[in-house]
Amino acid sequence: MLSRTASTLYWMSRYVERAENTARILDVAYRMSLLTKDPDLQDQEWFAPLNITGTLFPFSGRHAIVNSREVLHFMALDTDNPSSIYNCAKQSRENARAVRGTITSEMWEVLNATWLEMQNMDEDRLYARGISAFFEWVKERSHLFRGVTFGTIRRDEAFQFHRLGTYMERADNTARMLDVKYHVLLPSVKDVGGAVDYYQWSAVLRSVSAFEAYRKVYRDIITPLKVAELLVLRDDVPRSMHFCYQDIYEILKKVQNRYSVEATRQAGEIYASLQFGTIQNIFQDGLHEYLTDFLEASYALGGEIHDAFFAPTLRTDT
Amino acid sequence: MALKPLFNEMYEQGGGVRPHYDAFADWLHNTAPEKIKQNREAADLLFHRVGITFAVYGEATGTERLIPFDIVPHIIPAAKWDEVSRGLKQRVTALNAFLHDIYHEQKILLAGKVPANKVIENSQFRPEMIDIDVPGGIYAHVAGIDLVKDADGEYYVLEDNLRTPSGVSYLLENRRMMMRLFPELFAAQRIRPVDHYPDLLLETLRNAAPVGVDNPTIVLMTPGNFNSAYFEHAFLAQQMGIELVEGVDLFVQDDTVFMRTTQGPQKVDVIYRRIDDDFIDPEAFRADSMLGVRGLMRAYRAGRVTLANAVGTGVADDKSMYPYVPEMIRFYLDEEPILKNVHTYMLDNKVDLAYVLEHLHELVVKEAQGSGGYGMLVGPTATKDERERYRQRILDAPERFIAQPTLALSVCPTFNDKGVAPRHIDLRPYVLSGKTVNVVPGGLTRVALREGSLVVNSSQGGGVKDTWVVD
Repeated sequence: MLSRTASTLYWMSRYVERAENTARILDVAYRMSLLTKDPDLQDQEWFAPLNITGTLFPFSGRHAIVNSREVLHFMALDTDNPSSIYNCAKQSRENARAVRGTITSEMWEVLNATWLEMQNMDEDRLYARGISAFFEWVKERSHLFRGVTFGTIRRDEAFQFHRLGTYMERADNTARMLDVKYHVLLPSVKDVGGAVDYYQWSAVLRSVSAFEAYRKVYRDIITPLKVAELLVLRDDVPRSMHFCYQDIYEILKKVQNRYSVEATRQAGEIYASLQFGTIQNIFQDGLHEYLTDFLEASYALGGEIHDAFFAPTLRTDT
Repeated sequence: MALKPLFNEMYEQGGGVRPHYDAFADWLHNTAPEKIKQNREAADLLFHRVGITFAVYGEATGTERLIPFDIVPHIIPAAKWDEVSRGLKQRVTALNAFLHDIYHEQKILLAGKVPANKVIENSQFRPEMIDIDVPGGIYAHVAGIDLVKDADGEYYVLEDNLRTPSGVSYLLENRRMMMRLFPELFAAQRIRPVDHYPDLLLETLRNAAPVGVDNPTIVLMTPGNFNSAYFEHAFLAQQMGIELVEGVDLFVQDDTVFMRTTQGPQKVDVIYRRIDDDFIDPEAFRADSMLGVRGLMRAYRAGRVTLANAVGTGVADDKSMYPYVPEMIRFYLDEEPILKNVHTYMLDNKVDLAYVLEHLHELVVKEAQGSGGYGMLVGPTATKDERERYRQRILDAPERFIAQPTLALSVCPTFNDKGVAPRHIDLRPYVLSGKTVNVVPGGLTRVALREGSLVVNSSQGGGVKDTWVVD
């Protein structure tokens, strides 16, 4: 398969996944802001989405204050923000168009229809429709795309690179979200078990659709340690880092070539740490440090994947 | 305009049906208008469906349109076709010999049969190709020769297309459509098949591989999905089972071309390129080309990769070279041309220029290097104003123009809103040159849908028809 095709599929999926994750993050911020009546605290909530997505800097370059309206617009609709939901919809559709002959027509139609509808969205419609309803719509389009993909595409190389993009994006997002939330929540750790704390952590779980999973797995009150364990180390929660890396490692073994040895090794190394790590050890060394290392390793792996599959050059084999 | 009556492909002068149209005419005359309407609607619907898969490639730009399809076929009797086919092979063989010659010994220039300055000073002449040997001596692997039939019923060559002729995907799709709509007509008579074109093309490209390459890797190189012919590129690549690549997918190292694949760089031996000379290599030609591959010409000149068509074929299909093609046939093949040329006035010649300026109202004037029907003057239908403006353009640079008598292009019955009416057509057969020269029976018939119009180009509102060669 052409490198450009593989790369385009990979990014198509990353953008679909990114749109969904952004909707999830914004939805949580929105719900959390409703929990407090203090306008200052409400605005505080809106730092989190910017921190998680690493867009605080570009945002503050153009906006003087952080509040719900500004952040929502920036992250959902802003045509100048390359990672806004609007632009994710656009990019996923553009990428799909470029590999129209490789994906199924049903996959194309989902992304094309999503983009057509997205183009009709503006701030007035967003509020008229309801903020949460909009996030629901974004998630549903993503669910639909996933379902259509699994239901129609041949299990060939194209499918593998599509999934690789999804899991790389998702693992990254889960780690970022956990890191930022943990950071924000640290000052309140002293009143562990308090009502705000409970809502904060349950919101984190809900944002990755893992609230019910937590209940089933632990049958216990919600604690930061267990939330982290669920989202980092559980191998059966679809948005956990472990789950994502299980697939990333498997995919890289399937599509391996003679240039991808290092990529597979790096993925295996990350996978092993998720497979055999314990949450106690992670907390001992610091969750933030652990997640920072993880994000760095994940970023490096992205570079390796790029070099091995998307931009191969002749290397002298030694 | 024309004093002679038009040649109607289906009906004789007295109104009788020409024998090779018998079966179709029977159907046309004995089928209820309702059923015909159904068939036409079915064609529209089917094409729209196919068209959707086609149009998506270009729909972001909004430039991709469906080309109107007419269900009345252009039918050619086998005996006539066989003669045309021989003429086409003869012509393309001579053109390939000409290209080889002008980039090597230049015998035809030395013999004074073709003016040397018209070749050497032509912007399409590529000095980079001098003394470069291409496999089999083939330059134009794929040629599209545009034919028209005048009032006398004779075929004339209107122009040769030796660069990157397009349209063959319509030929294949049109046939697929007609077989679905008229299975009984295909069962009742022998209509020569055309569906093997992709196989022939693949075989031609395989034969073009550099010497010593047994199992060549062949790719189709496209300028990208914003090109108007992109769907054809995707279609042909898919039909041949080869990769559809863009410039960014290829790179050159040690004078060897590689494509970037998920399994690492893969050596490429033959490139069926659907991108103009000017854009294929920013190092050799236009430096601002984002579409090409740096170093491709080096690899090509070193004989490590074959380009089909070869670089520098444009000099032979230039309209200023067209008048000399019959001479090429005599010079290289020692044969008389089977297909006729349209008489052509060269405006760099004072006598011709004077004549043309006197007779603008009855001539067609074209830019020597134009294509696609753009920038031409159809004297009889132009307004006085248009003719005057064109006269000024000619006087500014006469050498850039040629003129021909306005041909009374033959007509073929064609459906319109009100019923069936005669419309002008032309024919583009595709000639493939490899170890042997092959022509798929018929070709792409283009039809000018507007009443009286002689312009059949799809970019200017032309439609297409299936072409049947009937035994």
